[in-house]
Amino acid sequence: MKSGFEIREIRKSFGSNEVLKGISFDVKPGEIVSLLGANGAGKSTLIKILSGAYSEFTGEIVIDGLPVIIGSPLQARLHGIETVHQKINEGIVEGLTVAENLLFDRIGTGEIPTFISPSGMVKRSKELLKELELDWEETVLRDDVFNLGIADQQLLLLSRGLSHKPSLLVLDEPTSALSGSEISRLFKIIQKLRQDGVAILYVSHRLGEIDELADRIVVLRDGVIQAIQNRPFQWKAALHEMLGDESATEIENREELVGDEVALKVTGAQVFPSSKPWNLEIRKGEVTGVIGLLGAGKSEFAKSIFGASHIQSGTFELKGKEFKPESPRESIKAGIFFISENRAKEGIFDGWNIAQTNSLPFLKKLSKWNFINFSAERLLADEMIKKVRVLAQSQSAIVDSLSGGNQQKVMVGRWLMHKAKLLILDEPFRGVDIGARREIARQIRALVQEDCAALIFSSDIDEILESCDRILVLVDGELRFDKYLSKTSRDEIIEKMSEVA
Amino acid sequence: MKNVINVAGKDVKSQARDFLVKYGFIIVTIVLFATFFSTQSTFRLSTTFFSMLKYTSVVAITGLGVTLSMSVGGLDLSVGAVAGMAVTLSAMSMVVYNQPAIVAVAIVLAAGLVIGCVNAILIVVFKIPDLLATLASMFVIQGLKLVPVHGQSVSSGMMLTNGTTAPGKFTDGFLNIDGGSFGVIPYSVVIWFGLTILLWVFLTRTTWGRSMYAVGSNPEAALLAGVRVKWYRALAYIMSSFLASISGLILASRIGQGDISAGNSLLLDSVAVSLVGTSVLALGKPNAWGTALGAFLIGVVITGFTIAGFPYYAQDIVKGAVLLLALIFSFTLSRKKSRFIAAV
Repeated sequence: MKSGFEIREIRKSFGSNEVLKGISFDVKPGEIVSLLGANGAGKSTLIKILSGAYSEFTGEIVIDGLPVIIGSPLQARLHGIETVHQKINEGIVEGLTVAENLLFDRIGTGEIPTFISPSGMVKRSKELLKELELDWEETVLRDDVFNLGIADQQLLLLSRGLSHKPSLLVLDEPTSALSGSEISRLFKIIQKLRQDGVAILYVSHRLGEIDELADRIVVLRDGVIQAIQNRPFQWKAALHEMLGDESATEIENREELVGDEVALKVTGAQVFPSSKPWNLEIRKGEVTGVIGLLGAGKSEFAKSIFGASHIQSGTFELKGKEFKPESPRESIKAGIFFISENRAKEGIFDGWNIAQTNSLPFLKKLSKWNFINFSAERLLADEMIKKVRVLAQSQSAIVDSLSGGNQQKVMVGRWLMHKAKLLILDEPFRGVDIGARREIARQIRALVQEDCAALIFSSDIDEILESCDRILVLVDGELRFDKYLSKTSRDEIIEKMSEVA
Repeated sequence: MKNVINVAGKDVKSQARDFLVKYGFIIVTIVLFATFFSTQSTFRLSTTFFSMLKYTSVVAITGLGVTLSMSVGGLDLSVGAVAGMAVTLSAMSMVVYNQPAIVAVAIVLAAGLVIGCVNAILIVVFKIPDLLATLASMFVIQGLKLVPVHGQSVSSGMMLTNGTTAPGKFTDGFLNIDGGSFGVIPYSVVIWFGLTILLWVFLTRTTWGRSMYAVGSNPEAALLAGVRVKWYRALAYIMSSFLASISGLILASRIGQGDISAGNSLLLDSVAVSLVGTSVLALGKPNAWGTALGAFLIGVVITGFTIAGFPYYAQDIVKGAVLLLALIFSFTLSRKKSRFIAAV
């Protein structure tokens, strides 16, 4: 009997931290259910449980009325759960042919004999593709998988999953690397699968896609299901459920700053291959906040201003002159500073103390004939520690050993000691306690009053409300909203974030 | 909370471990030195001491170059080949072309710089991983140096291909590089210590050294802090080759002929001393004095064992054991993880 897939009271803890607190929902055959949740809501934990990556959890997974045990990826597959992960390179093995990649998991199980000729491989994959009504040329199948486009690699992974005739297909952010036409191609396949009676769990941050595909949405926050909606979806309510109401944290009384002079002019910024270009003027004397869900293109845009990566197209103007940074070094010289969202990977050096970490971007200023002036370096670190109130024994404390909030204060503080024209902060409050968050925000607000502009990127609406004057909303790489805080409300912002293209 | 951390009194066991990780290597050096010193009368002679240092200088200076390449997170495998090429080039210019010592030195140093630049271009512009790029250049240099000498060692008075005798010889001045001394201290030892001090200052006191360590520790973070990552990686390889060509000059001066096999074992020895250097004082990163101490310790042990009558092949066992000991200090016992070792 095909009654579909159901999970009951799933709980999962890491140490004392419970990340899933009793999750129950079902996906019927031929139904697309979408899982919605902000960072840390528990989505990926749930996906990992379903795909067999975590074997220790409580609760039941029921398929067609029968409870099943899923303790390994192989067991998940045997029970008909196929997961296509967000990161393509976690599934694709470069250096092998397309055919070998298609049959890859069957090689592991021994379903494909150990000794098989390349043409045998191609024959098997053709059979497999035929069932999926896909028609790939033999030359393609024999080619290195590396030569496939990203969309086709995604399709390959999907085909591989579907070749096992799953009863539940889990798709985790399948469109994050695809362009518009590729997405519509993928959607056609998904629609067809629905008609064929496959139960699909579709996880995405792109509301437009969910609106187009899903029959039902499940909203997750802090490991708890907040709401389950059937069509037609109430997006505003869903976003409220997803982001929560941080009514407990009162917003500090502060005066709204309205800037005047344009610090950076952005023309024709196209963030993703599928997104439309837009224009923007970032002004001095105010804090501009860019809010968007994960995958809205915040980091991509932020890093491109700093010269650390490139967006599809668009030009920047600094003081009326075109600004085309080729490296972070150039941007820093031009007074554009950037604080990365990933301080462990892109900020902290193993074993470096506060003074060394603090001085690195401006080492030249602290040296004569390239000899570092150590006392000036220590002095600057002491000043920085005082300014942003880093809790550390001294400037010689190792940055790794500080708490997350204090590490972040160092990462932000080191840029505040020098004259900036534009300060770009990507998720500056991530993993930071409320005290450190307020302190950092206060420093940024003080800075913009000294002939400087600040641009804060965040996916947390309360962080943005608390620290910014002018609020921009980025959805799927496009600028959808631009208003001063006093002219808008939390509700309106959430509405704009939830507006589907 | 189950795990109560007692901040005031770290337990004795972990304190002892920290002490061992930090000073273990220095203690081993002192103990071994004292043992040989007290048991072997030959070891006590100052001439033994200085000839030991002299012997060690070539490996130590090459090791300084390897230390630089390790400081940017890579490893220069071509250093041995560069030193070997330096030997052949010095012999060529003095013996075959009858040039004065100064010309030979200039040619060798220039060649070192050129190879360094080629390595840098392969790594930075062609984006070939450090190890692989320098492995390739190692082979090319080893072969290339044999072309002008038709695969033969060059010695004074040898017959040239055109039937004449080689007109020149290793000049006295050149032989003096390794042979001469200030009082009791050989020039090569002076060069070694001079370069160690220079490199120590360079790595710890200058913006360049700081930037190199930043690149080696976290290239992504270094780039976002405005460090010219490519430039510093290039600089490290250029300096590494240059240092290797200096050690090649000393080696040539010691051998006194263009031995084509010279420098063959130098690569692994110098990598070993640099690795040993990273464990000294638990710095966990390549450093000039560590490398010097590593070279010194290996020198002490080999000299001690040789005097004690161990056969020549005991040397490799000794080097291996010392390296292993250092690696245990920096990987097994240390809580810090070193990111500077390219092969790991």
